[in-house]
Amino acid sequence: MKLRRDPFQAIADPTRRAILVLLAAQTMSAGAIAEKFDVARPTISKHMQVLSECDLIAANQKGREIYYELRVDKMKDIDNWLAQFRKIWEDRYNQLDELLSTIKKNDL
Amino acid sequence: MKNTLQFDFIADKKNNTLTIQREFDADRQLVWDCHTKRELLDKWFAPKPLTTKTKSMEFREGGHWHYAMVDPTGPEYWGLMSYQKIKPIDRYEGLDAFSNEKGEINSELPRAHWNVTFEDRGELTLVQTIVTYKSLEDLEQVIQMGMKEGMISTMERLDDLLETYKK
Repeated sequence: MKLRRDPFQAIADPTRRAILVLLAAQTMSAGAIAEKFDVARPTISKHMQVLSECDLIAANQKGREIYYELRVDKMKDIDNWLAQFRKIWEDRYNQLDELLSTIKKNDL
Repeated sequence: MKNTLQFDFIADKKNNTLTIQREFDADRQLVWDCHTKRELLDKWFAPKPLTTKTKSMEFREGGHWHYAMVDPTGPEYWGLMSYQKIKPIDRYEGLDAFSNEKGEINSELPRAHWNVTFEDRGELTLVQTIVTYKSLEDLEQVIQMGMKEGMISTMERLDDLLETYKK
């Protein structure tokens, strides 16, 4: 059975985010991805494994190489989660900033 | 000046919580008042273009805040916050629910526990809000509903999301 992982944990890591950005532009082989980073290949493999387990990327065997691609649908799930709620709180608090500054001005 | 104010938004799927931390350029008493007085809450709580309307409020343990977020095109989204614990000007806790205009709680929809704390940060005030849902499904339901009703702003495009990853 495949281990279920928290996608938020997956994207919390800067290297994994960088891998997602690379894959957003194109499908890439494991070797080509590893070349972009200044870390040991097994480390990159580990990151790819975490991203796969979250279904954020999909692996396809082509000949001797494994190619990875971004699962755009899954990325959007995360986007929903973070962006929607974050936006509400950002907007709400920006309004509170304005209110606070108005009150402080009137007090002077 | 404003952009130096800390803002953190952490979604924890394992514990079904959202933790929001934000600094404000005002003293703790004033920030507390803005969270606990109806005439002040009405000025900021609902994100634009929605506005906030308070029907009744008793800020005490066992009291409640019965409010609506009003969409300029007509719809009103009613909520009822029941206050459980209050310790001025440090913290308060409450249970938020969807309700109707009469203040009757909609038991079909998830409730969320709010734990709001206020802390001095030099000249600034740090507010931390921890919103806890009973389950992950509850939180997902709230998000889906918000999107369906158009209460939550349009989803940001994947491109934009990835753009923020690049920094």
